[in-house]
Amino acid sequence: MKKLLLFLLIAAVYAVHQDIWNWRKSDPLILGFLPIGLAYHAAYTVVAAILMAILVKTAWPAHLEEPETPATKPKP
Amino acid sequence: MIPVVVVLIYLAVIAVIGSVAFRRGRENTEDFFLASRSIGSMFFFLSIFATNMTAFAILGSSGQAFRQGIGIFGLMASSSALVIPLTIFFIGTRLWSIGKKFGHQTQVSFFRDRWECSHIGTLIFILTICMLLPYMIVSLMGGGTVLRDISGGMISYPLGCAIVGLVVTLNVFLGGMRGTVWVNVLQTIMFLCFGAVALMVISSALPGGFSDYINKIAANDKTRFLLTREKMSPEYFWSYTLIPLSSIMFPHMAIMCFSARKVTAFKRTVILYPLAIMAIWLPCVFLGVLGHAALPDLKPAEADGVLLHMLTTYAPAWLAGLLGAGIISAVMGSDTHQVLGASTMFTKDIFVHYGGKERFGEKGSVILARVFILVITAIAYWIALISTSSIFELAVRFAFSGFAAMAPVMVAALFWRRSTKWGALASTLWVAATLFGSWYLQRLTEATAPKPGQPAMVIFESWGHLLERNSANVLVHGYLPVVPMVLGSALIMIVFSVLTPPPSRATVDKYFGAAPAGI
Repeated sequence: MKKLLLFLLIAAVYAVHQDIWNWRKSDPLILGFLPIGLAYHAAYTVVAAILMAILVKTAWPAHLEEPETPATKPKP
Repeated sequence: MIPVVVVLIYLAVIAVIGSVAFRRGRENTEDFFLASRSIGSMFFFLSIFATNMTAFAILGSSGQAFRQGIGIFGLMASSSALVIPLTIFFIGTRLWSIGKKFGHQTQVSFFRDRWECSHIGTLIFILTICMLLPYMIVSLMGGGTVLRDISGGMISYPLGCAIVGLVVTLNVFLGGMRGTVWVNVLQTIMFLCFGAVALMVISSALPGGFSDYINKIAANDKTRFLLTREKMSPEYFWSYTLIPLSSIMFPHMAIMCFSARKVTAFKRTVILYPLAIMAIWLPCVFLGVLGHAALPDLKPAEADGVLLHMLTTYAPAWLAGLLGAGIISAVMGSDTHQVLGASTMFTKDIFVHYGGKERFGEKGSVILARVFILVITAIAYWIALISTSSIFELAVRFAFSGFAAMAPVMVAALFWRRSTKWGALASTLWVAATLFGSWYLQRLTEATAPKPGQPAMVIFESWGHLLERNSANVLVHGYLPVVPMVLGSALIMIVFSVLTPPPSRATVDKYFGAAPAGI
């Protein structure tokens, strides 16, 4: 279930990159000078960082850390 | 004169760092190519980010924004801000793990072992080097352009390319991965600060501030489109979300993944990566668009230099020099890794694989790696001088699309037990063939291509709208060639793997037997 939710979350973030609703407009100017299409995608990068933080927190491949422990260190 | 002195001091510092790293290094390939897999968390982030940032991130992005408007940020930056960290999270961590477990130092070495093949690995090596070379040329071209523009022509373009090439070569030749990473820390900090400082300086120098200039652009019928994406088709825009798949397939990026001390180093990287992309791209794209109002005399052909022109026009000379050094940082950060990556691949995948190490020993391998660094940089320099293609076109057409289309091969190797060497071979041939086909169609339609802003034209009347050409690219049903390249590569990998016998049970168990995949 967790995998499915995370997959849907990634898919949703990927989908909203295609912001057709901002395509042909420059207004409003965010902070007085940033066209909305540019401000939207700047905010999108912050959303991407949040998504990655969620993935690190909930789906980190912890089993890959095993080679660090002496017991499982690979043979030369 | 002052900016040139500042940049030259910076370049000297880079060379010194390389020589200090040389004294710390050991004469074996794992230390030279991977710094003995000892890169810590923060250094790893700063270095892997520098690996990916080229001259294009600063000069190309602002130049393209000058021509096409704000859409460039969504087209390339925000899509990369999502896709690249995802590939590092899912693919980079697995690469680190198999490198640590089985001693792999390159992707080809992994493919050969994973699929029990030799010559197919060599084919992938050849394709990879052919696609990497344009990327190296882009970096040198960027360096030459920056030095020429910031010096007001005092340093010629060929001399600028030569200076950057020489400093990069010294840094990599002496310091290997350790020198490269140390330099990257300085470089990344410099070019991350670049954007914010450039924005503040130019903002304070513009009478009326940014708002006035944006309003001027909005009020002009000829430039209003720059604040929207009205001249960019949704298909074209979406196509670009596949391009960042190329990132992890660039050999220098994959090799960086092998160099981390612990897998936890990737945690900070994937979270900070999107924010770092915004920090560098947002100011560059915004200032590129602003250039239309702030530099009304700038010709479209000079668009790649828009940022440098703004700096030399609006910033004090010493600051323009520092900011120029920031741009040079972006240029050289990636170039050092590309040169090192190419050298690592040649040494490990060709020289060592075909018995060179047995004959010449570990020390001989390091010497060969250094000789290769000299040769490949000289070739890149020569091509940079004779090539006339713009930074953007050269990189995207020949490197990014090809590497993106190789991503399904890597995904299959890491996550699909049933994948086979024949699937990998078929996908690689598909990528090579489609790259050649795109190049051929591009050349065929160069003379008749529509002008910017005009609708795309049909290439073959009898094929309808399947193949079209717009002002810059060949389109396949309105999409960039990267779309059929990636989808075709994935499909071919699946079909040919299912139809051919898998590797031995022992090999499959070696990679998949012990533990299930993360998610």
